[in-house]
Amino acid sequence: MSRRPGFVLEVDKSAPPTWFWNGEGFSLETLPEGSRVIYAPEPIEPIKDPYRAIRDALLHPVGDRDPLPALLRPGMTLTICFDDISLPLPQMEAPDVRQMVIETVLDMAAEAGVDDVVLIAALALHRRMTEEELRHALGDRVYDAFAPSGLLTQHDAEDPSNLLYIGETDQGEEVEINKRAATSDLLVYVNINLVSMDGGHKSVATGLASYRSLRHHHNPQTMRHSKSFMDQHRSELHSSNWRMGRLIAESGVKVFQIETTLNNDTFPPNFAFLQKREWEWSLRDRATYTATSKALEKTPPRLARQIFHSIRSPHALTSVQAGEVEAVHELTTANVWAQQGVAVEGQTDILTMGLPFICPYNVNSIMNPILVACLGLGYFFNMYRGKPLVREGGVVIMRHPTRPEFHPGHHPSYIDFYEQVLTQTVDPVRMSKEFEESFATDPWYIHLYRTGHAYHGVHPFYMWYWCAHALQHVGRVIVVGGDTKAVRRLGFTPASSLDDALEMATDVVGPSPTLTHLHNPPILMSDVQ
Amino acid sequence: MSTLLFERSLPRFAAARVVSSFGSGRGAGVGPLRLVEQDAPEAPAEGWVHVDPVLSGICGSDLSTLDGRSSRYFEDIVSFPFVPGHEVVGVVSEAVDGAEGVALAAGSRVVLQPVLGCAARGIEPPCPACQAGQVGNCGNLAFGHIRPGLQTGFCADTGGGWSSSGLVAHRTQLYGVPAALSDEDAVTVEPVACAVHAVLNAPIAEGDVVAVLGAGTLGLLVTAAVSHLATTGRCPPPSALLVGARYAHQQRLARELGCTEALPPDQLPRAVRRHTRSLSYGGASGMTATLSGGADVVIDCVGSAESIAQSLAIVRPRGTVALVGMPGKVSVDLAPLWHREVRLAGAYAYGTERGGPAPGGGVSTFALALELAEALNTGRLVSATYPLTRFEEAVAHAGAAGRRGAVKIAFDLRKGQTR
Repeated sequence: MSRRPGFVLEVDKSAPPTWFWNGEGFSLETLPEGSRVIYAPEPIEPIKDPYRAIRDALLHPVGDRDPLPALLRPGMTLTICFDDISLPLPQMEAPDVRQMVIETVLDMAAEAGVDDVVLIAALALHRRMTEEELRHALGDRVYDAFAPSGLLTQHDAEDPSNLLYIGETDQGEEVEINKRAATSDLLVYVNINLVSMDGGHKSVATGLASYRSLRHHHNPQTMRHSKSFMDQHRSELHSSNWRMGRLIAESGVKVFQIETTLNNDTFPPNFAFLQKREWEWSLRDRATYTATSKALEKTPPRLARQIFHSIRSPHALTSVQAGEVEAVHELTTANVWAQQGVAVEGQTDILTMGLPFICPYNVNSIMNPILVACLGLGYFFNMYRGKPLVREGGVVIMRHPTRPEFHPGHHPSYIDFYEQVLTQTVDPVRMSKEFEESFATDPWYIHLYRTGHAYHGVHPFYMWYWCAHALQHVGRVIVVGGDTKAVRRLGFTPASSLDDALEMATDVVGPSPTLTHLHNPPILMSDVQ
Repeated sequence: MSTLLFERSLPRFAAARVVSSFGSGRGAGVGPLRLVEQDAPEAPAEGWVHVDPVLSGICGSDLSTLDGRSSRYFEDIVSFPFVPGHEVVGVVSEAVDGAEGVALAAGSRVVLQPVLGCAARGIEPPCPACQAGQVGNCGNLAFGHIRPGLQTGFCADTGGGWSSSGLVAHRTQLYGVPAALSDEDAVTVEPVACAVHAVLNAPIAEGDVVAVLGAGTLGLLVTAAVSHLATTGRCPPPSALLVGARYAHQQRLARELGCTEALPPDQLPRAVRRHTRSLSYGGASGMTATLSGGADVVIDCVGSAESIAQSLAIVRPRGTVALVGMPGKVSVDLAPLWHREVRLAGAYAYGTERGGPAPGGGVSTFALALELAEALNTGRLVSATYPLTRFEEAVAHAGAAGRRGAVKIAFDLRKGQTR
């Protein structure tokens, strides 16, 4: 049976209640008749022999690149950089696609007699990965071969001795990246393209950069001019990264880009009902939903969080392409769209979304209120091409508990951002001017980023900037079921139920508004006509 | 005429101590304070005049006394029975030359500088502190022609502000109240003077990070004093003035009075760390641990074991912790004080501050306090007033001021005022 494409349901009397994520839980909500619900396409059939497909891609690169074996020679320096813990979501079942790609690259390097090989996790300003996380991403064989001898490293954006200033773009953007990567004879970048924002020149220009470099595109102005940042061709975030990437290439850094795409088979069989369309739920699905939701209601949030973060996704490889960065990324983007794209006719007055327990920045961690905002207004709002799903001045309604809880080890500067910045302003521009630099250069945050597992001090700002386009576009943001104080701290409006939220929304968008629900999981991208 | 009289009664002390363990101020009804009919005291000597209180505040030290929790240190410099009330705005009954020789007409509004120093006690020559204008440091608080008492409101011979029959005050204790000040502004002048004295004696340098613990009356007025005195050039401007304030209304007032940030007390160490760009020895989650650096000056307006410990955790090596809130017997680990060479300094009352109109001269703390009270409208801190007959409610309200959204509670002794 061929897979079904994405689908827009119009809710009528016969439509069952709609499933919403609610952090480490979920609920069924009755949407008004006439509402639209957008469902993602069904998973693309995975590649049956991933290792063979990877090898084939490395031997038949696209763009102006020789096959990988032709680029490898004895005595050369080879650096393999890879995407970090922020992808994919949830973490995929072993073997992780990074492991499969890197093992293949290493086999070719060994065959060519290359013995100066270093692996670098391209963290940018994300937290360092733990040994367990690295083992999961790379496999025990790779980890044990490289980590003990210090050849498996994690990019340190605060280590001046291992940063190289490349120069300035024609727009005056400073480019500074990891020195080992930049000075190697060949830089192989191993990417997972979970959403269309990922990959391309962003892999190196962001993943291996320093704050000095990142601040040129991770700022409110850039994000407000990225409509959306999931659409490379209308994204100033990408334009900036492309200018930087081309400068890096012109400076002589030879990048061999390997990009992969995964299907949207996000949850294992025991959570299969999460991905089904509600009217197709079997009796077993309904029973599982009821039992799971009742159990979760009685489970302490901390335990529920552990349960959900222990899930390993059955994501499977759907494409792999290798070679020159831009040529590779064009194919990758098309493959992402094939899996995630849904055509949607026209905008909506109200956009609803249920937010899950996880986003790229809280893997094995806590979804704090800033990340809730970022997931809803940064990621989900921006999952469009063409026009935003919600009209200008419209309302976004998100469902999430939004507890004011933080992981002190992973997000120390988030706590201070929440207590000391958001209490004074929620305006991304003002906070960037008044607070960003002091957080970015704070020696304690830098210490924790470099020696612990903390996100960089400036990271909560970036998460807020991710919301900048949405904050400027929508008339009101309502959070259903969220901690009242925390929701207000974010500058949003709390509501105790979806009905209340819809009533509040009419103050902004008028009576009889149109409503569209972004169904998740799995991830989808709306192509709004 | 009604007067609240505080008598020495061990059973009532004990009862107040037990009941107040359920909440400060709750023991007023069973404690040594009672409402009596009593005439005003006689003037003990020449230079003393009768004052009719208009408003009289309830201070943290009053609450400690009523709760039976004040330090035994004060036993020898207090005489019983006494009428509490040392935060007083009143009306002077006859013309008199007040403090600094300023003429006050009969019926003038005055605020009371309550310390009973050498001049009030008729001691000649005055002690070195009084000679230097530092009346708060007077060494003769138990001597002279009145009985012991560190202040009006703790002395058996002077009466106090919690009385409609009035009190007696030495002329040097009286400062005229400008017409621009409301009674509410004026009743805060005494605690404002405490705050001004504390700030001007703290070694604040330009660009320092200053942290204030507590945002009751004293904490808010210290905040106001740092802000105002920096604006007027009497205190070097700090780069950040951070206030730990438990309640939302306290945080709002602290911001209105000029602090850089007002935040819950448990967040104060994080704010100090960030503003001083310090590291924390406790790692990411150890924000209760000592900082590598810290605030240059910490002004503790609480005076509890917890607040002193927090002060020592957030002050920088060789920094200063000023104790403005009245401490009692506390148990504190002084290892950080020793290891980091921190200076722990008391800040009590008022006197003469540097920077008077004449070169090298001084200016009385009360003169500065009157100026600040007018400039910042400190009467806004007076949240509620009560008649003496409802003293139990008043004291309970004062004891729970923060929780109940209040700051300063006062007795209203204006004729015809019934609430």
